[in-house]
Amino acid sequence: MAEAAALSRPAGVVGRRTWANGLFVLPFFLTFLALMVLPLGVGMWLSFQDYDMLGGYGGSVGFENFTRLWEDKIFLRSVLNTVYFVCLSTPAFVALGLFLAISLNDTYRRSAVLRSIFFGSSVLSVTIVTLIWRLVYMPERGLLAVSAGAVGLSSPSFMTTESLAMPGIAIVTVWWIIGLPMMLFLAALQQIPREVYEAAALDNASRWTTLTRITLPSIRRTIVLVAVIEVILQFQIFGQVHLITNGGPNNATRPIVMFIYEAGFRDWSLGYAAAASQVLFVLMLAASFFQIWIGRSKQED
Amino acid sequence: MRASIQGRFGDRLILVAVVALAICWLAPIFWVIGLSFKPNDVIMKTTGGLLSPPFTLKNYTDIIATSAVFGWMLNSAIVATGQTLLTLALSTLAGYGFARTDFPGKRLVFVAVLAGLAVPEQAIIVPLHTMFAEANLHNTYFGLIAPRLAVPFGVFLMTQYFRGIPAEIEEAAMLDNASRFKIFLRIVLPLSIPAQATLGIYTFLHAWNEYFWPLVSATKPEMYTLTIGLAATQTNFAQTEGIGFLMAQAVFAGLPVLILYLFFQRHIVTAVSGGFAK
Repeated sequence: MAEAAALSRPAGVVGRRTWANGLFVLPFFLTFLALMVLPLGVGMWLSFQDYDMLGGYGGSVGFENFTRLWEDKIFLRSVLNTVYFVCLSTPAFVALGLFLAISLNDTYRRSAVLRSIFFGSSVLSVTIVTLIWRLVYMPERGLLAVSAGAVGLSSPSFMTTESLAMPGIAIVTVWWIIGLPMMLFLAALQQIPREVYEAAALDNASRWTTLTRITLPSIRRTIVLVAVIEVILQFQIFGQVHLITNGGPNNATRPIVMFIYEAGFRDWSLGYAAAASQVLFVLMLAASFFQIWIGRSKQED
Repeated sequence: MRASIQGRFGDRLILVAVVALAICWLAPIFWVIGLSFKPNDVIMKTTGGLLSPPFTLKNYTDIIATSAVFGWMLNSAIVATGQTLLTLALSTLAGYGFARTDFPGKRLVFVAVLAGLAVPEQAIIVPLHTMFAEANLHNTYFGLIAPRLAVPFGVFLMTQYFRGIPAEIEEAAMLDNASRFKIFLRIVLPLSIPAQATLGIYTFLHAWNEYFWPLVSATKPEMYTLTIGLAATQTNFAQTEGIGFLMAQAVFAGLPVLILYLFFQRHIVTAVSGGFAK
């Protein structure tokens, strides 16, 4: 009898099915309901209301907040800016992360030192990173201007030139958190069996052939994973822009999250800000589903 | 073995490229450390002679004398420690519950919690701010700590961990009629210390560096965390005449984290990347 009961239990479960066992999960689940599910519901409700901290509650307005967003030039610009930023930063994270991981995937001491240098900046907070980079981008007296001047060149002013501001923010972001993709790729590279490389060496395969025929196909799943993680993370860009350019010049760097911040916490239009949050949420879900779908269909080939 | 596959010349070339990149990674940090030792009036004119005198320690003595940086650090320490301990407690209990025990509705609850992983902070920050305002929780430590306790990442990590360790010891203890909670405290908790360390480091680092929520919740200067305090001092950066002082603050705030990183590097790397890989 006891054995039969044990077999019918889900894997890993010890003991009988009781209500009391739910007490283990209850403290977290209540926190989750109060601080995640409830605000998510309130947020959806808010996005259909005319709710202004200064002007008061004006009742339900249906889809009006969303149609207003659709006609709001600054919001549309912020969506485009965010997508542009994601398109700039994600390929950089994947390519540079891969390059560093492949180059530093050995047991030399110097590689360990180099790995810690590239990962180290990730532990800094966004405010320290922006302080550092404002001193790099500062016109005339910044590190970039001084080093360019030393070799007789003049450096462009990244943060005040409309077309260069977003690439400049992308450089800051890659400098800040290249460590995560690099480490994820390193972990994946270490899963490739040594024998595969030894066989390739016996066949006199070139470095390029080894890379494209063995290394990259073996870590394809990680490449998709890193791309998805980066898209999700970079869609939420806020701190760097808020502190370095404050959305300028001429709205060129204002992302969606900053739009939400300004609508919600500067203008106090809660309904409008909540509606913008829903759009961000849907865009992020769509982008990650799209990428997972691309990753799947490639694997089936 | 690698050398036999890859040409020596190519290896050198790649090494040179990586070292050049590493210099690009370090240069901004050394630039800022250098400037923090320069007098403010000199930096206002030129930053060219970074390695030549005059040098000064005034920017650092100014921090001790005038800056609120110590208060911000204390706030950050309280918030990060509180959030870490509570996250560990909630996640370990729930992770054990999901991985090892069975109760009616478990599957449904687990799927709901997993779905919470997809919700970005920004999607709920506006209603959360309104709720906390109604409850008068802004500008309190509890208000700064609470929101991230609901993020299911830790529960997910602990569930995975408990699924990976063998169940025989617990089964033996069950035969001795030990109570469920006693088994958890005496047997399971000590076994989970490695996973707790990973989750703890990740949570602490995240809380220490958090930006958006403290920005909207801690609006009184005495409740600023380190991140928000530093943000407040750099908003009028363009007009400031105290760049050296700002940089000294950045160094002062960044150095403790970088030193901790050097000591606990292995754990931090596992903590930050380990969670994502699963």
